[in-house]
Amino acid sequence: MKSLLSTLRPAIGTTVLLTVLLGGVYPLVTTGILQLGFKAQAQGSLIKDADGKVIGSSLIGQNFDQPKYLWGRLSATGTAPYNAGASSGSNLGSNNPALLDAVKGRVAALKAADPLNAKPIPVDLVTASGSGLDPEVSPAAAAYQVNRIAQARGIGVESVKSAIAKSTRGRDLGVLGEARVNVLEVNLRLDGKLK
Amino acid sequence: MSQFITGNGWLQLALYMVVLLACVVPLGGYMAKVFQGEKTFMSPALGWLEKGIYAICGIDREKDMSWQDYAIATLVFSALSFVVLYLILVFQNLLPLNPQKLPGLTPDLSFNTAVSFVTNTNWQSYVGEAVMSYFSQMVGLTVQNFVTPAVGLAVMIALIRGLSRKSAAGIGNFWVDMVRANLYVLLPLALVLAVILGSQGVIQNFGTYVTAHGLQGADQTLAMGPVASQEAIKMLGTNGGGFFNTNSAHPFENPTPFTNFLEVLAILLIPAACCHTFGVMVKDKRQGFAVLAAMTVIFIPLLLLCVSAEQAGNPHLNHLGVDQVASAVQSGGNMEGKETRFGITNSALWASATTAASNGSVNSMHDSFTPMGGFVPLILMKFGEVIYGGAGSGLYGMLIFVIIAVFIAGLMVGRTPEYLGKKIQAFEIKMASVAMLAPCVFVLIGTAIAVMMKDGQAGIYNPGAQGFTEVLYAFTSATNNNGSAFAGLSANTPFYNTALGLCMLFGRFFIIIPVLAIAGSLAAKKTVPVSAGTLPTHTTLFVAVLVGVILIVGVLTYAPTLALGPVVEHFNMIKG
Repeated sequence: MKSLLSTLRPAIGTTVLLTVLLGGVYPLVTTGILQLGFKAQAQGSLIKDADGKVIGSSLIGQNFDQPKYLWGRLSATGTAPYNAGASSGSNLGSNNPALLDAVKGRVAALKAADPLNAKPIPVDLVTASGSGLDPEVSPAAAAYQVNRIAQARGIGVESVKSAIAKSTRGRDLGVLGEARVNVLEVNLRLDGKLK
Repeated sequence: MSQFITGNGWLQLALYMVVLLACVVPLGGYMAKVFQGEKTFMSPALGWLEKGIYAICGIDREKDMSWQDYAIATLVFSALSFVVLYLILVFQNLLPLNPQKLPGLTPDLSFNTAVSFVTNTNWQSYVGEAVMSYFSQMVGLTVQNFVTPAVGLAVMIALIRGLSRKSAAGIGNFWVDMVRANLYVLLPLALVLAVILGSQGVIQNFGTYVTAHGLQGADQTLAMGPVASQEAIKMLGTNGGGFFNTNSAHPFENPTPFTNFLEVLAILLIPAACCHTFGVMVKDKRQGFAVLAAMTVIFIPLLLLCVSAEQAGNPHLNHLGVDQVASAVQSGGNMEGKETRFGITNSALWASATTAASNGSVNSMHDSFTPMGGFVPLILMKFGEVIYGGAGSGLYGMLIFVIIAVFIAGLMVGRTPEYLGKKIQAFEIKMASVAMLAPCVFVLIGTAIAVMMKDGQAGIYNPGAQGFTEVLYAFTSATNNNGSAFAGLSANTPFYNTALGLCMLFGRFFIIIPVLAIAGSLAAKKTVPVSAGTLPTHTTLFVAVLVGVILIVGVLTYAPTLALGPVVEHFNMIKG
């Protein structure tokens, strides 16, 4: 009992002091540094239009299903796809019939929007991302959609390809991760809202 | 199977292992200095703070504790942390920094979450961005993200002292070890990592959620918050509780392959370095490297299995005109639940690292892995989180296996088992057996109860064998203080919140207390000089025995459950 009581002062003391230091000072110092040095990133890498209205974030995907836009990954977020207030993956297992239904549904939508396209469909275009907010698709998935976008907009294939190329990033440092295309950026370029 | 791994995949995996292992000696040596009370290059910056904390809290840094006092201090500190966190969560609606006006958490969810973060599990039954206020995330969860790995490191250091001291009554001072771990190890690393992550796009603000007006006309809510500061310590402290529901798959937590590399490196950084800390403190670095080698020998084949299985893809999709073959323009493979920027290699690497360590964060959804890909994280947790393992807890768990291995080897050659000159006797073996077997009991009995009860079955999401795996994975993850999930399982129910909460508690303290008891018992013993009959414990032979013991215990205990879950599911998949 004596040792229990003598434990209370350091227990309460360290709990209070470490809470102030690690739960208060540390995050506030981090906030200070990042807000001063990297404000745009700290605020969410937001993309705004000429009037300052927020269109989206360059890190967060948006839902695209009109033929004139580049489409992204499937999204399993709550209530609506690409809801960045409730991120979620599908959590469907490899053998789950619901997974196959989702894939078939996307395949059918892609074929309906572009009936003449007989190329195999890149897997990232028919599967849901982990976050439900994936801002990117593979270069293969972007290339698959070029003809459809060009037709829907009545523009040349080359201008679609050029918009995609400008928003394509290789692997970080040449090694890390995968090459990828930022879907929202491409669509902003296609709409003439981003050079 | 490894024919599926791409050239770039091999390169990324090799780069990861090389950088990780290169950090072992510098960081491990630094931590040894910290825990031996020596001055380091951080002392001028933080020494005054350390002294101030001791003065205010009445901590006498010279005072050694018996193992019982050390254990009481650990338990009292953890209990107090639990109470504070529980109250913050229940009453978050009355506290500041809640721009979304989120209500307080229900009592069962608060219990589960408080236990989860106090045991370094960081299992999440909740959707962070829809449930947690910034105050709860920052003052509640972030603080536990620091102090729980610090407790793990303290217990580890106590065990190392038990092995290295001779005829000693004490095993060090819990308060000093815990405070120094926070100040000199975790805080500086976290601050540096947080700033780097923030510069790459991890958000750090206190604003209300932003409404974006999307290109197709639909509005989009963008959740905000002080993420970078929490993200850094979440990775470094083998915590794993995400700010957002989808954890490090969320672009605001992990925006690029570069941040992903740093974060996945941070998962195993401290656990791997602990091996060298151990080697330095027992004055025989070879002992630390032997333990590190055993961990690495188990980790690498399982990592390669996971990458291969995921890269091979889902055969059901081949008939649908879907291209799963890796090329320069796509990662291919099983992309369900994975992010484009990470692809297959980084998703499988993360899944393996996070379950080898007791981290439990995810950058892809494990429930959507192929059956064999999902088998890897499951078995890595079942080995008791000792393949690198948690910060501190990985090494003390591994040393339990070492004691068992020494004992078995001793039986085989008919001599009294010794480790580092300490005789391993009945008391140590009893305690080691409790620490080794208790988690197995909670995992198996917990799973059995859950799948037999309506409340347990109700949470299952995927049909068939995978549904069983979801439950098995949950109890494995909770008991071993991992925190990752086959997240299809609906675990935010009173049944799962309570059952998994109890498993987390038992899983943490049924190991910590026996470990401290062993530490106290060993510290009191004399050291036996090395003789011709001593079994050397730094050799390849001993590493092989140790690996054998870990595999046999893990596989024999869990083979039936693994057969019923991922193995059945695998055959279901390949039969087409």
